[in-house]
Amino acid sequence: MKYLDEYRDPALARTLLAQLRATATRPWRIMEVCGGQTHTLVRQGIDELLPAGIRMIHGPGCPVCVTPLEIIDKALAIASRPEVIFASFGDMLRVPGSRTSLAQLRAAGADVRVVYSPMDAVSLARADPDRQVVFFAVGFETTAPANAGAVLVAERLGVTNFSILVSHVLVPPALTAILEAEHCEVQAFLAAGHVCAVMGWTEYEPLAAKYQVPIVVTGFEPLDLLEGILMTVRQLEEGRAQVENQYARAVRRTGNGAAQDAIRRVFRVTDRTWRGVGPIPASGLRLAETYARFDADERFGTGDVHAVEEPRCIAGRILTGQSLPTDCSAYGTDCTPRNPLGAPMVSGEGTCAAFYCAGRRAARPVPVTDLTSVLNRR
Amino acid sequence: MSVINDPVQATCPAPHAEHERVLLGHGSGGQLSARLLHDVIVPGLGAAAADLSLDDAAVLDLEPFIAPADGSAGGGAGSEDLRSGSVVVTTDSFVVDPLEFPGGDIGALAVHGTVNDLAMRGAQPLALTVALIVEEGFALADLRRLVASVGRAAARAGVPVVAGDTKVVGRGCADKLFITTTGFGRRAPRARCSATAIRPGDAILLSGPIGLHGVTVLATREDLGFDADPQLRSDTRPLHRLVQAMLDAGGADVHALRDPTRGGLASALNELAEASGVGILVEEDAIPVPPVVAAACDLLGLDPLHVANEGCAVAFVHPASADAVLAAIRSCPEGAEAVRIGTAVADNAGRVALHTLVGAYRIVDMLVGEQLPRIC
Repeated sequence: MKYLDEYRDPALARTLLAQLRATATRPWRIMEVCGGQTHTLVRQGIDELLPAGIRMIHGPGCPVCVTPLEIIDKALAIASRPEVIFASFGDMLRVPGSRTSLAQLRAAGADVRVVYSPMDAVSLARADPDRQVVFFAVGFETTAPANAGAVLVAERLGVTNFSILVSHVLVPPALTAILEAEHCEVQAFLAAGHVCAVMGWTEYEPLAAKYQVPIVVTGFEPLDLLEGILMTVRQLEEGRAQVENQYARAVRRTGNGAAQDAIRRVFRVTDRTWRGVGPIPASGLRLAETYARFDADERFGTGDVHAVEEPRCIAGRILTGQSLPTDCSAYGTDCTPRNPLGAPMVSGEGTCAAFYCAGRRAARPVPVTDLTSVLNRR
Repeated sequence: MSVINDPVQATCPAPHAEHERVLLGHGSGGQLSARLLHDVIVPGLGAAAADLSLDDAAVLDLEPFIAPADGSAGGGAGSEDLRSGSVVVTTDSFVVDPLEFPGGDIGALAVHGTVNDLAMRGAQPLALTVALIVEEGFALADLRRLVASVGRAAARAGVPVVAGDTKVVGRGCADKLFITTTGFGRRAPRARCSATAIRPGDAILLSGPIGLHGVTVLATREDLGFDADPQLRSDTRPLHRLVQAMLDAGGADVHALRDPTRGGLASALNELAEASGVGILVEEDAIPVPPVVAAACDLLGLDPLHVANEGCAVAFVHPASADAVLAAIRSCPEGAEAVRIGTAVADNAGRVALHTLVGAYRIVDMLVGEQLPRIC
């Protein structure tokens, strides 16, 4: 299939791995920023095929994972109200709040709907003008334009029973926070291709220059990741620290101007707390004053909801690459996708869930040599 | 129910206006119930209702259960055969939303699902019962169409509907229409299909591409637009003829069969690995995923291995018979795209390992909870 098969070709993957082995002469630590990239790495087992010494650090780019507990609790408070239809992308439903989750609330009778686009929520509001429809606007720069667009459409159509609970986060401030951390191990980044499809990569150029880290804008298919890692290692080996674009089929340097305009019109940059990481200055988006009437937090008065994190969850260390899920004492025992203690175990793109679903345990799961002998008999 | 002595002749019901709807009274057991039965249910089932009992229960002749299901010589051995063969029974409820989707509907699904459950134990279907739970207000025209689909699917599968029931519940107490089917079948002595028969070295065969049913239903229900793709059709179909062909070719070497319905191929393989105590090794590049399924799963963040199927089967076959059984599957239209996807192994007992496209290994786990489309 066009745009799919050619990025999953096993022969090309072997070629890229061979080039990588020929290029890498020293150990390097590279962070893939986006949860989608973590998912592909772990699902395909790419990180286990890399030359010895090249270590992938799994970054904070899972929107489900970094949405703060406090905002989850606000969502739960709003969704509990009888007049509310609470619309969300599917993978927010199982995220545990302080006491419950949207999925559990729905089972108990709350009107929680899974939608595939914020525009679906606007349609729900138009179809049911006596109810309040609230859309859970989470995500990085990738989802912000569509959420901004929904607000603009609701404004144009005069839909007054629609609002959004905003928890948008921005990638570059998070990278700065990681690079400024005292024990930063990250030597290079694979930037998130879809975030850059919206924003371009001009924001990353000062970061690469100031901290002397290579940054390669990378896609999400197996060959994208292998090529992105290869480009990163070449820069590291050559002592360069530039922004390069592996994901040229989707990303331009200046990004998508119309999408950026929508974000600028509807949202303003704000400080944001990242679940597991803590507060990062100027790392989020909130509704602009002119669109404050679409703010669910104001409409339903949930400003006083506060929450305390589950103490056993080491999400912060995992999201900043300081620990692996398998380092956590609760991983796979008290914390599983069926019963997640923290957000990284919820979404398929969360690092803990990606590890768990790929069967990664403290011990190596598959005796590779034995299996290879079986394979050769096919 | 003595109003009709010969239900087959009741094929000319008084015309109903299309706006007519199912009323609570249709489930009351009174005159409306009788009219529903005679005007909608029985004519809808058509030829499949030839043996439908309108008494409290159907009486089944033992003969078909005793005679060999495959029609081979030696029939009529009577008690000898009954002792060595088995009667197989299964029941399943169908609540799919939407009721109709490209490639099928709840009526066809209710027949195929139960016929296939029988087939996966190596049995040929002999009789079905059909129970309907209808929500008050459901359009009679829709009910007539879906009951006719039950009848058509049963007739095509060659299995009669011998008993049934219809209940009507108040508006909001059920979602439009639920169907429960129970199936009775006969298993020949040589068909020993069971997860416990799986042995290391068994070839793992898959009868066709995965993911079509689940993605079709999701795309139709959520109006995602993928359903405009003509390739996206549910694979719902009966598999008992395919199973018959496999047993003819492989006999007792066909160790286990499973149709990977809810939870998809990943869940079916995990259940078999756990029940048999063997490890399962699957080649990712051998698993047929139609392009439209791959694209939809990528967009929605779903794993094709976790998506439901209604018309393909996984078979664990002794290596000596693997090629013959694979050829037999491919000779059936419903198995034309069959492939070998992997091998049962002694290592890694109870778990399913996938040899990925790029050459690494990962464990394939069962689906957790419901499939939840992702954010981005």
